[in-house]
Amino acid sequence: MQNGARIEYDYSVAKAFTFATILFGIIGMTIGVILAFQLAFPSLNNLAGEYGTFSRLRPLHTNGVAFGFTLSGIFATWYYVGQRVLKVSLKESPFLMTIAKLHFVLYFVTILLAVVTLFMGLTTSKEYAELEWPLDILVVLWWVLWGVSIFGLIGIRRERTLYISVWYYIASFIAIAMLYLFNNMEVPTYFVSGGIGSWIHSVSMYSGTNDALVQWWYGHNAVAFVFTVPIIAMIYYFLPKESGQNVYSYKLSILAFWGLLFVYLWAGGHHLIYSTVPDWMQTMGSVMSVVLILPSWGSAINMLLTMKGEWQQLQTNTLIKFMVLASTFYMLSTIEGPIQSIKSVNAIAHFTDWIPGHVHDGVLGWVVFMVMAALYHMAPRMYGREIYSKSLMDTQFWLQTTGIVLYFTSMWIAGITQGMMWRAYDEYGSLVYSFIDTVTVLHPYYTIRAVGGLLYLIGFFMFAYNMYKTATSGRILDKEPVNASPVAA
Amino acid sequence: MFHWLEQRPFFFAVFVFIFVSFAGIIEVIPDFAKQSRPTVGTKPYTVLELAGRNVYIKDSCNACHSQLIRPFKAETDRYGMYSLSGEYAYDRPFLWGSKRTGPDLHRVGNYRSTDWHENHMLEPSSVVPGSIMPAYPHMFNNIADLDSAYAEALTVKKVFNTPYDEDLNGDGQIDVKLGDYDSAIAAAKKEAEAIAADMKNQKVKDAVANGQVPEIVALIAYLNSLK
Repeated sequence: MQNGARIEYDYSVAKAFTFATILFGIIGMTIGVILAFQLAFPSLNNLAGEYGTFSRLRPLHTNGVAFGFTLSGIFATWYYVGQRVLKVSLKESPFLMTIAKLHFVLYFVTILLAVVTLFMGLTTSKEYAELEWPLDILVVLWWVLWGVSIFGLIGIRRERTLYISVWYYIASFIAIAMLYLFNNMEVPTYFVSGGIGSWIHSVSMYSGTNDALVQWWYGHNAVAFVFTVPIIAMIYYFLPKESGQNVYSYKLSILAFWGLLFVYLWAGGHHLIYSTVPDWMQTMGSVMSVVLILPSWGSAINMLLTMKGEWQQLQTNTLIKFMVLASTFYMLSTIEGPIQSIKSVNAIAHFTDWIPGHVHDGVLGWVVFMVMAALYHMAPRMYGREIYSKSLMDTQFWLQTTGIVLYFTSMWIAGITQGMMWRAYDEYGSLVYSFIDTVTVLHPYYTIRAVGGLLYLIGFFMFAYNMYKTATSGRILDKEPVNASPVAA
Repeated sequence: MFHWLEQRPFFFAVFVFIFVSFAGIIEVIPDFAKQSRPTVGTKPYTVLELAGRNVYIKDSCNACHSQLIRPFKAETDRYGMYSLSGEYAYDRPFLWGSKRTGPDLHRVGNYRSTDWHENHMLEPSSVVPGSIMPAYPHMFNNIADLDSAYAEALTVKKVFNTPYDEDLNGDGQIDVKLGDYDSAIAAAKKEAEAIAADMKNQKVKDAVANGQVPEIVALIAYLNSLK
């Protein structure tokens, strides 16, 4: 390629992952809504025999959304952003192109196998690491392929300096690799026992308290390096592109990045407060969770200040609304988490519905909103067509925002109610409520949550429809849209 | 320094790895040996109990029930003595759970009986009016996987020195016998007969009499062992 000539980026893999993002999003979120309705209306549990119970579907929901939807979104944006910020096309390297395609195929097959095995009840029971050992090996394989793709593209780059989004993708790759390997250490029983029982069955390398410690060191940081770090990578690329504004502060982005990497891993201990892990670890987990506010808010504030002087874009550009709302929910979620990690609050919040409430204001408000915004931004550039319907996008935004608010407010109330009822004593020193009292009281909140989830899901179907129509029948663009604010110009 | 680093992907990746490794090295590793020491009286699971534990895992009971009693008066009043680290020494994986949609089960063997569990799995609201737990009738038909449970017991005995076939408290008796495949499976079936004797479901009783152990029997054996 001649210097200065236009690079022809190759979006075939990014498009494949975009398809996967939408497909797994629909599956994962639909199951989520079914689960929400099952908690409100238990008779819905046994419609499909053993395969339809809450307990069987719950790991499908978490895995479907975390590793089906979110990971696909991360990979889709990587295969788009990576080429652009490194100024190199996948087309230029047949090797990397093959790796990328293999990455997609293996990934897709693994997720499909995950769905089948989880339906069958083949699970290791460790949250967000439920897959049994043969699937773990597949996961490791395509994770390595992703690494080859990242460092391969970096190796042939034309842009000398790595843009901050690339830092975040690298961090995500390295940290997840470490966490996943250690947490999924298991011994297949079939081979050790000399061929007895099921070949897929395994037993954890760690026992009891140690197992819990490793699991939550992993579990919390799967949140960090799937739901946080790569999503920040996205917003650092897409918000400046969409708004035409430069990132507010370079120094703040450096501080927030290294701060986040250093502090986040310690916070896993806050899942084990008042458990049987040593006290100093619980305290450490609690303290570090509060410290974590600094780097988290550092990124979020950096993003919000990027819009400085350009706030009117909120009225003209729906995608800016998506991203600003995402940053705002990121701030909400990263102040809520530390509050829940304070020991006295944790005593009430732990084991209650406030926790799923917290997870969902983060995931629905921050992760899914940002991924959808990223895909909306990519679509006109990947397919060479204008977004099919801007008004549909706007309707979707408001519908989903309403859904999130219903979801987290109902779960906050439910969680705190439940936590307070569990510990209520009467004047004679006896417990006031039997356990079932603390369950039946939650019915109205479970119903509100289910309705909120349903609104959000309808919004997601609008997104899927809009993306499909954009790819197939949006108005054809003769050149790529460019956004530049008056300030940047 | 960061200008230098952001142009050198290799060193950048190394730095990232160092930064994310700290917490694991300082927080996770140090107490490994201490935390896996069993409390006096804690015994490994029998093959039938292990099979039941695997049913518990298969149907993700841990998604709604914790097995961790926190050191609060409200919890010890409700569920019994708070949990100790050493009680979990033979739990692979741990099953603390993260959400209590239903009550804690760490000491459920102290206050629920075989027939209570039987009714509860068949129709939860028959014993707990207002319960939102799903019914698990398929556990009465599915046959528990005793082979995998035996393989698991043998694996933890070989790899992690879990004390099967050992005298744990010096009274000259073997506490939990595993033995070879045939005797272990026979022992599990015998254990299952004792549980089925307390149940009323005729199909389950017949299956056990015919040498097959339905999942519900194994699960109840496990739940009864939680004390």
